[in-house]
Amino acid sequence: MDGEELTEHETALYDRQIRVWGADAQRRLSKSHVLISGLKGTVIEFCKNIVLAGVGSVTLIDDRVVTEDLLAANFLIPHDENVYAGKSLAELCCDSLKDFNPMVRVSVQKGDLSSFSVDFFEKFDVVVVSSCSLSTKKLVNEECRKASKRIAFYTHFHSDFVAEALIRLVQFGVFRINEKHKNGDLRFLKR
Amino acid sequence: MASEQQLSTIKGSKVLMVGAGGIGCELLKTLALSGFQDIHIIDMDTIEVSNLNRQFLFRQSHVGQSKAKVARDAILKFRPGISITPYHANVKDPDFSVDFFKQFNVVLNGLDNLDARRHVNRLCLAAGVPLVESGTTGFLGQVTVHVKGRTECYECQPKPAPKTYPVCTITNTPSKFVHCIVWAKDLLFAKLFGDKNQEHDLNVHSKDGSSSSKQTKDVFEREKEENIEQYGKRIYDHVFGYNIELALSNEETWRNRNKPRPIYVRDVFSSELASQNGNLHKCLNGDPPSLSATASLGLKNPQDLWSLKENSKVFLEALKLFFSKREEEIGNLSFDKDDQLAVEFVTAAANIRASSFGIPLHSLFEAKGIAGNIVHAVATTNAIIAGLIVIEAIKVLQHDVKNYRMTYCLEHPSRKMLLMPVELSEPNKSCYVCSETPLDLEINTHRSKLRDVVDKIVKTKLGMNLPLIMHGSALLYEVGDDLEEDEVANYAANLEKVLSKLPASVTSGTILTVEDLQQELKCSINIKHREEFDEEKESDGMILSGWTPPRSAEKNGNTTVDNEVSTSSASKAVPLVAEDDDDLQIIPTITGKKRKLSKVSNETKNKRKAAELHSKNDVVMLDDDNSDMSKKKREQ
Repeated sequence: MDGEELTEHETALYDRQIRVWGADAQRRLSKSHVLISGLKGTVIEFCKNIVLAGVGSVTLIDDRVVTEDLLAANFLIPHDENVYAGKSLAELCCDSLKDFNPMVRVSVQKGDLSSFSVDFFEKFDVVVVSSCSLSTKKLVNEECRKASKRIAFYTHFHSDFVAEALIRLVQFGVFRINEKHKNGDLRFLKR
Repeated sequence: MASEQQLSTIKGSKVLMVGAGGIGCELLKTLALSGFQDIHIIDMDTIEVSNLNRQFLFRQSHVGQSKAKVARDAILKFRPGISITPYHANVKDPDFSVDFFKQFNVVLNGLDNLDARRHVNRLCLAAGVPLVESGTTGFLGQVTVHVKGRTECYECQPKPAPKTYPVCTITNTPSKFVHCIVWAKDLLFAKLFGDKNQEHDLNVHSKDGSSSSKQTKDVFEREKEENIEQYGKRIYDHVFGYNIELALSNEETWRNRNKPRPIYVRDVFSSELASQNGNLHKCLNGDPPSLSATASLGLKNPQDLWSLKENSKVFLEALKLFFSKREEEIGNLSFDKDDQLAVEFVTAAANIRASSFGIPLHSLFEAKGIAGNIVHAVATTNAIIAGLIVIEAIKVLQHDVKNYRMTYCLEHPSRKMLLMPVELSEPNKSCYVCSETPLDLEINTHRSKLRDVVDKIVKTKLGMNLPLIMHGSALLYEVGDDLEEDEVANYAANLEKVLSKLPASVTSGTILTVEDLQQELKCSINIKHREEFDEEKESDGMILSGWTPPRSAEKNGNTTVDNEVSTSSASKAVPLVAEDDDDLQIIPTITGKKRKLSKVSNETKNKRKAAELHSKNDVVMLDDDNSDMSKKKREQ
């Protein structure tokens, strides 16, 4: 994305959301870089939303291959074995997401999340981690904190009745959102 | 996750979606992922570029195609086994009869206008099918459930009609930018480019009663062979200069108001006029001439505020482009927010008028939003609302009546909650739609014609599509394909008669029966004669009443924004979560067991207290995040 102004195409495409958050926010979105690991369920929703919003780039990490279970809550993967055989989740989601918004640079990063260090994480403004152990999450969290710039760190966990999202914004500390499925209400509780 | 029983209920159900747009795309995806197998979807629209930021089932290559059909194809890619039946049609079409609706277990609305919502509401009531309603604007959204006999119907709480402005405010005394937009769009644009025969007059009437148009032939008519630029300047001077001077001569009007100043072309351009012409003709760098005044003038950023001079340039250039490049359309054009040149013209005209009246100017981007009634929208809110719709739909399919909820999706948490569920109210006993209450109509039966009643009351206020009007056994008016020629002529004649002179004379005390067979809605109207109506406050010349909003509406303080999302002030919508009151509106089923109201209220009380103890920082964080956004909005 070159230049300070939004292009004519961007203005037309993002018109409705610019009316929500303003042109300046849209410009800043287009310069931001997001890392997403663990492509299942709620995180897939997030991928869709963040790509539609028009961020600068999205990097996906998930070397898992397609299984029945992973297909179930993933609307980015076509149900065609010819298409999905041999490819990782990240690769498949990448192809799909590029389609959603050609203006976002979507790419795949192979490898184990726990093997990366701050040098890697520093490239991003937002890091979203899911489908991995608590220790991995803590590790990534620590690496992100070492970065010289602010990185927003989100993790997510979801089971039958409880979904948990942990959000750390460097400046503000930690808090947890607890979602009770049956109530349909979403409330904030501090840890 | 869903129980075995839930899953099989879902699998065996047949669902109708009305709308395949912002909410529709998210909803179709969620339904498919949740295991629904038989979905029908109605949408009359085609895909536009501005949809693509949130209607994710569509791609650039789909622009112009049917939303319902493309949505279906996209879903089948990741759920090939399910059945989705698309209808590229208007839900008000008679094909979608009560029998059509009866085949579904639940109807899910994802509409964007009041009219269609009322229509679907009536059909669902007639068919006895539950309806899940929803709406979103920006970060706000809500979902609610309507079940005949058990809950309010969509119309139990009156929804305010779209905002209109008094004629004199638009033509003489604008005080807000929106007044200037309405003037530019509905008067000036319509006069210059649309059908010349229109009701309201652009011409200002001077004190002595003589109108500026009486002197000569129609000032707005371009004379044969008149140079386009001359014509443009002539119009400019007339509406922004001469008409304002004429208005100023009415001293009374300006006694307590700021006087406008007349603006003439010569004031704005002075000595540049001569060289101006040359520049306006140039196309930049040999690009193909885009039909856009801003393009040829180099005004690239739609967020910029133009000066009076720039606005004037755009006005004249746009007018010129219409007459030179789109001449064949003139006389038939109506304003379309996607018509770039029309938007530019209206923006410029509104801004010049605003300048004259001391009203702040607006950018092309802002003006387009106002003139086009554009709803601001993002993907996330729609996704949340879609999820809530499916949650309610599953409850409906299981007849889990006690747990039906209206849920608000808020922008800022209220009492720590972003999603706020509210218990549903019982039907309003005086709702004319679901409870057959008679209405009262005050009207001058010697002056008002049947046509006025049909247009202003029956179609607009009562929302009937194909009405039938009877006085006792006499059919005064009906619409239909199967009418005989003489019947049609008879009804046409009746429309032009004043009420008291109709074949079955309608006077004070008459009871009219109004019906829409398709909506299966019947309504009685008691006529009361009244001589006079206030021209400003009661400009319709008739008052319809008898429809009392239920008590809860007053408590909730619901207001509806233009695009029909009801945004109640959150604290009012949850009045009784407050500590002392046992009479709860919300019943969070914390453990899933049924509890007595008072017991639950104590528990909730405690949980809230516990939450609130940790609340301060959280609230501050969220407010900080959000205050940037609300500031943004204000700046907009």
